[in-house]
Amino acid sequence: MEMGWRWDFAYEILPQMLWATLNTIIAAGVGYAIALVVGLFFLLGQRTPSKIINFINREIVEFIRSTPLLIQLFFVYFVLPQFGIKLSAWLCGMITIGLHFGTYLSEVYRGALEGVPKTQWEACRALNFSTVYTYRRIVLPQAFPIAIPGMGNYLVGIFKDTPLLSTIGVAELFHAATAVGGYNYRYLEPYTMVGIIFLILSVPAAMWVRRLEARVNVAQGKIKQ
Amino acid sequence: MSYFAFLAEHGTTLLLGTVTTIKVLVCSIILYVIISMIFGLMRLSKNPIIQGTATVYIEFFRGTSLLVQLFWAYYVLPFFGISLEAFTAGVAALGLNFGAYGAEIVRGGILAVPKGQWEAAHALNFSPAKRIKRIIIPQIFPIILPPAANLTVELLKATALVALVTVVDLTFEAKQINSITWLSAQCFGTALLIYYFMSRFALVPFLRWLEVLAAKKVGRGKV
Repeated sequence: MEMGWRWDFAYEILPQMLWATLNTIIAAGVGYAIALVVGLFFLLGQRTPSKIINFINREIVEFIRSTPLLIQLFFVYFVLPQFGIKLSAWLCGMITIGLHFGTYLSEVYRGALEGVPKTQWEACRALNFSTVYTYRRIVLPQAFPIAIPGMGNYLVGIFKDTPLLSTIGVAELFHAATAVGGYNYRYLEPYTMVGIIFLILSVPAAMWVRRLEARVNVAQGKIKQ
Repeated sequence: MSYFAFLAEHGTTLLLGTVTTIKVLVCSIILYVIISMIFGLMRLSKNPIIQGTATVYIEFFRGTSLLVQLFWAYYVLPFFGISLEAFTAGVAALGLNFGAYGAEIVRGGILAVPKGQWEAAHALNFSPAKRIKRIIIPQIFPIILPPAANLTVELLKATALVALVTVVDLTFEAKQINSITWLSAQCFGTALLIYYFMSRFALVPFLRWLEVLAAKKVGRGKV
């Protein structure tokens, strides 16, 4: 076995890796879309007046947040078939990522809603706006900018957690690297290329989120003046 | 097979795995705390080389996925003649990855200490080492402990990944039992519960206690 980096091998597997990158991006995008919606449901559970629902919701969120995503993936992938629900690895992965990060996003939403000053609510009440109208025209437009940085962070977070999907057989980038590496018995180039591809995609994304955050902070400051 | 029969048969294996998980956790906490202190301070250095090194390190480890780093440490380093044991590779990857996140927390904490404190220490002719040790560090603890606590809980969850580089921890054992018995609900469910209890009833209360302790210490100092 030849030691050291081999450019010809790296070049040979590059197309395969790039195709798999596309799958990773799709997985992150779909998982994120599901998480955005799931987060709304957890938020709803948090804000209903019923104390029992609040309690159950909080415990579920706490449980999902304090257990590893990896075992949750295994749980969904291996346990659902025992109850006669047969889902593809892709679907299992998307559901699990959606649930896991949905709990985090619900916290982002909550923080954003609480970031809207209470006086805004009181003013709407005084003007006799309906609750729906208050949310739609007054509260949500103000809460959304506050939520943007957190939402961006979790998009990057989901992207970096997609390699876990390879453990249940989703054919994303890391899975492709393992397969190529196993086939040729060379792991140096595939895994290094995965790292580089992740860097190329996630560092600019993270920088963009930080810029957004700064801009939102400035905008928030302006509102206060 | 009832759940209790399952526990009687495989409970010990899972517990042994839990012990390994705790070992991984403790070792990587120690490593990540040290690394975040060092790189957090380096980030604030005025020397562009030191600061640049820290920035590259942080961006690199935050930008690539933890799983990729783990596999790199375990499967790729041997190509360079460095063969690490699975446990060492796992702890190293966890420590380096979380150290990068921790360094940013430390940096934020140091910046949050009012500038007047530095100036006052300077005016009193404290040596740089004493300034850091006696004035700044006691004040940054209450600031950095809450975010560091969140990070540590994330670390507990991330230790599950070392199972994928053949460290025989809780996740590894659960997977093993699953492949022998196919009692997926029982073994993965139990593993989930153990992680949950470790986090909720051991790690989080301990970290809260530390937070209260740190806050008290500074509060007493102020009076």
